[in-house]
Amino acid sequence: MSNLSSTILVKRKRIDNIFRNASKIITWSSMLILVILLYHVSITGIERLSFDFLDRFPSRFPDKAGIKSALHGSIWMLVLVTIISVPIGVITAIYLEEYSTKNRLTRFIEINIANLAGVPSIVYGLLGLAIFVRFFEWDRSVLAGSFTMSLLILPVIIIASREAIRAVPQSIRLGAYAVGATKLQTIAHHVLPIATPSILTGVILAMSRAIGETAPLIMIGALTYVAFVPETIMDPFTTLPIQIFNWAARPQAAFHEVAAAGIIVLLIVLLSMNAIAIFVRNYAKKKYDFN
Amino acid sequence: MKFKLLSILSIFLIVNACSSSNDETGGTLTGSVSVDGSSTVFPVTEAIAEEFGKVEPKVRVTVGISGTGGGFKKFCSGEIDINDASRHIKEKEIKVAQKNGIEYIELPVAYDGLSVVVNKKNDFIDYLTVDELNAIWKYGSTMKTWSDVRPNWPNQKIKLYGPGTDSGTFDYFKEAIIGKKNNIRSDFTKSEDDNVLVTGVAGSKYALGFFGYAYYAENKSKLKVVPIDGGNGAVSPTSKTINDGSYSPLSRPIFIYVNPEAAKRPEVDAFVTFYLENAASLAGEVGYIGMPDKVTDRVKSRYKNRQTGKWF
Repeated sequence: MSNLSSTILVKRKRIDNIFRNASKIITWSSMLILVILLYHVSITGIERLSFDFLDRFPSRFPDKAGIKSALHGSIWMLVLVTIISVPIGVITAIYLEEYSTKNRLTRFIEINIANLAGVPSIVYGLLGLAIFVRFFEWDRSVLAGSFTMSLLILPVIIIASREAIRAVPQSIRLGAYAVGATKLQTIAHHVLPIATPSILTGVILAMSRAIGETAPLIMIGALTYVAFVPETIMDPFTTLPIQIFNWAARPQAAFHEVAAAGIIVLLIVLLSMNAIAIFVRNYAKKKYDFN
Repeated sequence: MKFKLLSILSIFLIVNACSSSNDETGGTLTGSVSVDGSSTVFPVTEAIAEEFGKVEPKVRVTVGISGTGGGFKKFCSGEIDINDASRHIKEKEIKVAQKNGIEYIELPVAYDGLSVVVNKKNDFIDYLTVDELNAIWKYGSTMKTWSDVRPNWPNQKIKLYGPGTDSGTFDYFKEAIIGKKNNIRSDFTKSEDDNVLVTGVAGSKYALGFFGYAYYAENKSKLKVVPIDGGNGAVSPTSKTINDGSYSPLSRPIFIYVNPEAAKRPEVDAFVTFYLENAASLAGEVGYIGMPDKVTDRVKSRYKNRQTGKWF
């Protein structure tokens, strides 16, 4: 009897071990692939990377090619997308969480927002082409591109902001009401500041998506060769991923190195963006730490 | 908190706005020239735009890569001044243009030689005739192995690589080898990125693929080009055979389509004139073959007279 149970125990432990090792291998192999990828990109691109590279326009000579117009285009777009999507997203989330009553209409809106988060990005490109480029006649401007991107990331921001607002303890709201605060005061002075760190996390994720997307911008006809930087929001533009894609598709091997350098720039922009957001988030967290 | 974030972002914006001052050297023209279309023609137009920018720095030239078809869509509704095209305009597109009252001047600017390539280790292939290519690529083809093509070739499966069906390169190959009416087989590896095709053929001993000459020229060490017999003996694509037309039927012209209404604007006119003047020399630098002077002169006079419609 005891012999039998011990064999069962050994068997169970073995299965347990197999699963543990399998998850270990899976985790580390995906990390390894990422490391190899980053290593490969850095090794190929690092030699092309210089301040000149950041300050030159695209060229048919790999040695003279630079990323200035794409970098500026991406930053312009990022700023505009933030200005457009963050207020709309957060205010929508506040409405849905704090003001709206649960009825068919709000249920309908909620389901739609969740569905929109899963729509392929190229579909947003088509929408942007029809509405912003053609109907509003904004052409292939930074403004049209930014609005298209804003549509793309709005569902993500709304969902993240809602989660953040929902996580604010009810006692905070009740406390505010108890001392006579209006609903607006309660939200502005208490709910939002507490929810900010989590909202920012959602915004960072959404922004990272916006900066890496190419398909919707190609769809609305963002350009590849631009030898000037945008000066107004109505100027044509290009972005980092479009420029990188174009270089990577060239026949000349030297352009593939330039593409790798472009990827490094994109990664740096992304990481520094995240660093700023994490810094802001930690600052906000410290201010409203209940624990 | 939000204010802090916004203020950081607005600093970005201001820094951005300040750093973008224009060079004040040379050139008298201002305005903009919008070009879109084929990614095949893009390198040539980019080279022209780069050089043109040195002559007329205040003219803003933009070049997109929506593909020949995507470019024509914008061209035929009057959204762009010039379309880069790796094939002729289609009847369907002409109808849309007519409906919108848009005319076009078709200007060939360089040649490309579609190169049929095999793996470097392929030692049995000496040349292919157009009929053999047709037999391999046509819809419902029974050619599965190399020995199906010629009995003395090895009994190994042919792995086929080609550009995606949206590309002008694909269209041209299909028309030249299979014919307008018939279909091409669909069981081959397709990619819009020709570098993927290069890697595919270079990595598989019994592969066969085709793409633009520039991609072969840059990867000569990895690939072997197949001479093509179009009825007058087998010819390999080189800049000479493509230029003089003896590499037939797979050498093709690439075009720009100019809207004559837009060409009335001095900056567009200057750009197109500059394009035709320099296409022959700049095309060579980016892997295409410039056209002979004789043809270039005819193209120039065609533009000068603003002759609209199809050329040939």
